Amino acid sequence: MNSGIDVAKVRARGAAYVAEARIAQMMKWKGIIAIVAIGNPLFYLVAIGIGIGVLVNENSGTSGTGGVEYITFIAPALLASAALTGALDEAMFPVMEGFKWRKLFYAINSTPINPGQIVLGVFIGAIARVVFTVVCYWALLIAFGVVTVSQSWDVIPVTIFAAGAFAAVIMGVTASVKNEDYFMTVLNRMIIMPMFLFSGTFFPLSTMPIFLQPIGWISPLWHATELGRYFSYGYSISGIMLLVHFSYLIVMMIIGFKLANKKFAERLAK
Amino acid sequence: MPESLISARGLTKKYGDFTAVDAIDFDVAKGESFGLLGPNGAGKSTTMRIIAATSQRSSGTISILGRDPEEHGPQIRAHLGVVPQQDNLDGELTVSENLFIYGRYFGLSKKFIRNKIEELLDFAQLQDKRDAKVEALSGGMKRRLTIARALVSEPDILMLDEPTTGLDPQARHILWDRLFRLKETGVTLVITTHFMDEAEQLCDRLVVMDKGKIMAEGSPLELIKQYSTKEVLEVRFGSDRNKEVAPILREMCSRIEELPDRILMYVEDGEALLEAITAKKLHPTTSLVRRSSLEDVFLRLTGRSLIE
Amino acid sequence: MKSAVEIAEARANRWGHQLYAGRARAILERAFIALRSSTWVPIVTGFIEPVLYLLAFGYGMGELIGDVDSGRGTVDYAVFIAPGLLATSAMNGAIYDSTWNVFFKLNESKLYKGMLATPLGPLDVALGEITWALLRGLSYAIAFLAITAPLGLVPGVSAILAIPAAVFIAFGFASFGMAITSYFKTYQQMGMINIVLLPMFLFSGSLYPISVYPDWLEFLIQLFPSWHGIELVRDLWFGYWDSGTLLHLGYFCVMIVTGLYFTTRRLRNLFMR
Ligand SMILES: Nc1ncnc2c1ncn2[C@@H]1O[C@H](COP(=O)(O)OP(=O)(O)OP(=O)(O)O)[C@@H](O)[C@H]1O
Ligand SMILES: [Mg+2]
Repeated sequence: MNSGIDVAKVRARGAAYVAEARIAQMMKWKGIIAIVAIGNPLFYLVAIGIGIGVLVNENSGTSGTGGVEYITFIAPALLASAALTGALDEAMFPVMEGFKWRKLFYAINSTPINPGQIVLGVFIGAIARVVFTVVCYWALLIAFGVVTVSQSWDVIPVTIFAAGAFAAVIMGVTASVKNEDYFMTVLNRMIIMPMFLFSGTFFPLSTMPIFLQPIGWISPLWHATELGRYFSYGYSISGIMLLVHFSYLIVMMIIGFKLANKKFAERLAK
Repeated sequence: MPESLISARGLTKKYGDFTAVDAIDFDVAKGESFGLLGPNGAGKSTTMRIIAATSQRSSGTISILGRDPEEHGPQIRAHLGVVPQQDNLDGELTVSENLFIYGRYFGLSKKFIRNKIEELLDFAQLQDKRDAKVEALSGGMKRRLTIARALVSEPDILMLDEPTTGLDPQARHILWDRLFRLKETGVTLVITTHFMDEAEQLCDRLVVMDKGKIMAEGSPLELIKQYSTKEVLEVRFGSDRNKEVAPILREMCSRIEELPDRILMYVEDGEALLEAITAKKLHPTTSLVRRSSLEDVFLRLTGRSLIE
Repeated sequence: MKSAVEIAEARANRWGHQLYAGRARAILERAFIALRSSTWVPIVTGFIEPVLYLLAFGYGMGELIGDVDSGRGTVDYAVFIAPGLLATSAMNGAIYDSTWNVFFKLNESKLYKGMLATPLGPLDVALGEITWALLRGLSYAIAFLAITAPLGLVPGVSAILAIPAAVFIAFGFASFGMAITSYFKTYQQMGMINIVLLPMFLFSGSLYPISVYPDWLEFLIQLFPSWHGIELVRDLWFGYWDSGTLLHLGYFCVMIVTGLYFTTRRLRNLFMR
């Protein structure tokens, strides 16, 4: 008997199918994703970069930002923050939807596709969104003359990688949450917001009171931002710190995947 | 002619270009139990929502208790208890809080509602779940709570959109019993259902709808008389042979229906026909003679079987 | 004991009886029960957002910026942004409550369907929900003042007036929100709201005086309700009154009146599809 379904093939390409479905889902939002990808950097650069830049320049010149214009200082940080926000959207919502709102994962899991492949598929979907966001953002930075192509192209893969590490952790954490009634609100207010505000995005982490600085140290955004600055305008970082930033993100990615794989398998086995 | 509680003329509802309810006329008398029957998408729920004064009609007229819902929505709804097809319980509240606040929406006093809650929890068999969150209830429990909730205000008209979907047989019979008793106290019932036994049990009168139109109207018995024969002979020959014998059977009887798994033959005397079939040496694997039911009326009018 | 019917008949011929059963209070009652029962976590933590912004920008950014000219005297950067953040969070909260929240309760949880099957009319639901949102906004504004006062960011007692001002501007936004939501059917369309809001709030001068921009852009920003909201709260925070303050007040009076008119007209389209 031939059912027309090649089980071995589905097995082998499971993650690709899941990713395809995720991307198809995102295409329903393509208008909004595109506007956000372009509007976000545009508005932030003009409002914060120029608006606050004027104030900073009047008061302390470039002394507080390590000798570069304020807009140059925040550009890689805003890039990282947009990438991580995109990753957050595409890692958290699908997992909530998959386990809770529409129970899609249970349907997928009843096909030959296994939990690990669902994790990978959702991850690839998130990366697709991140790549789009980062490339749009970077193109705008070039257009604004904030960074140059030759000097800053390598900020793209680095930022995508950091966003990937964040996506992996978010998938793991979201899948771990049983009682998700207000999970998103609380996560957003208590973790994501502080992370975005206290990660040295708008001002060097070191200008904050010391007791607030640890928020930055554990935040993937800070590590991504520091790396982004290093790779986009030659901000100086010691070799050790470079290693720390990379290792932190790598460890985060590994833990995120381990957790996600474990939790997905557990929940889908029920 | 008894007093007409609900009266619709040329009632129409459009969603964009699509006509969900197409110029229907009907009347529901006080104290009557009125049924809407029809396949999926016939427009039953849409009609129910218009009667319940929660959806605006596109054209035609409707009066409920002599009033137009566009003009007197709140006053009309004060008379109604509504059980929608899909439960819309308040997910942020517990079982008893759901009943309580619903009574408050009607403006009822706290004291009255508190007493009422006890009675309703008993009826819905949810006493031990009274402090549970709605999310923690099973599908059937949610349904029972939705029905109980509709009774909080002691309505004159009870609107039930597929009330027993998802209920187990016992809960179904408890509900039927309760509805009978409400009817005895003068409550008017408007019911949609996919269960023919339910329609025959509960409805004094019903309309069969299809594609937004009313196809037929009458009491269950009248409808059966008008649209079907006294008896039905059901024969099965196995799915391969059904096709083969159908033409032969068609010669023997004025109306037959070929369903995927069996053939229905409409006659006055089923036993006699069965004997004739056997005499032709067409031995069906199984056969059954039964009285016509609403199911047959439905099949005749819509060309579709209700049980999907 | 009055029956449901008697209660409804009592106002059968009063003004607005098609839309209003005079019982918006029941919606508030439900909100309080839900608060006790389940929604307290997101509600109690709701004040946190402007506080975080204040800490980050006021103290981190303040190091780089120093003092700024607020238009009402030169002040420390943290003092400058505090009222701006209060106003922004009040307006954002009101917008969220009257758009996304309404959309969700309409389409996803079907909560309003249940309410509207009772004698309650769309105006009861709208008024009840807006009142609840404003009560929350009021408590957040009080909390914000209570946190900023000991930090030395409140210039004087008159700043207490910034609390009603925050609620007032929130009302302006909430009165429009539902009308706007009545045109939207999909999540994608709702997403547009956020896209419009982002530039409106970024440019409206909560984090820096808009005088940094060229005149044409400054003029454009002065048309935004968000700018008037921020300036109004800032004026009161600093105990500063002039013709501008009256202009901002007037702007919001007009906004509230048109918003309510528009929302009332759209209520049936919104709730009785
Ligand atoms: N809000 C809506 N927007 C657009 N079309 C609608 C809407 N509600 C119902 N319809 C359409 O109107 C038609 C009638 O729907 P209705 O829900 O009244 O059917 P029904 O008879 O209750 O069916 P079922 O037995 O499946 O409950 C359907 O084709 C449906 O797709
Ligand atoms: Mg229906």
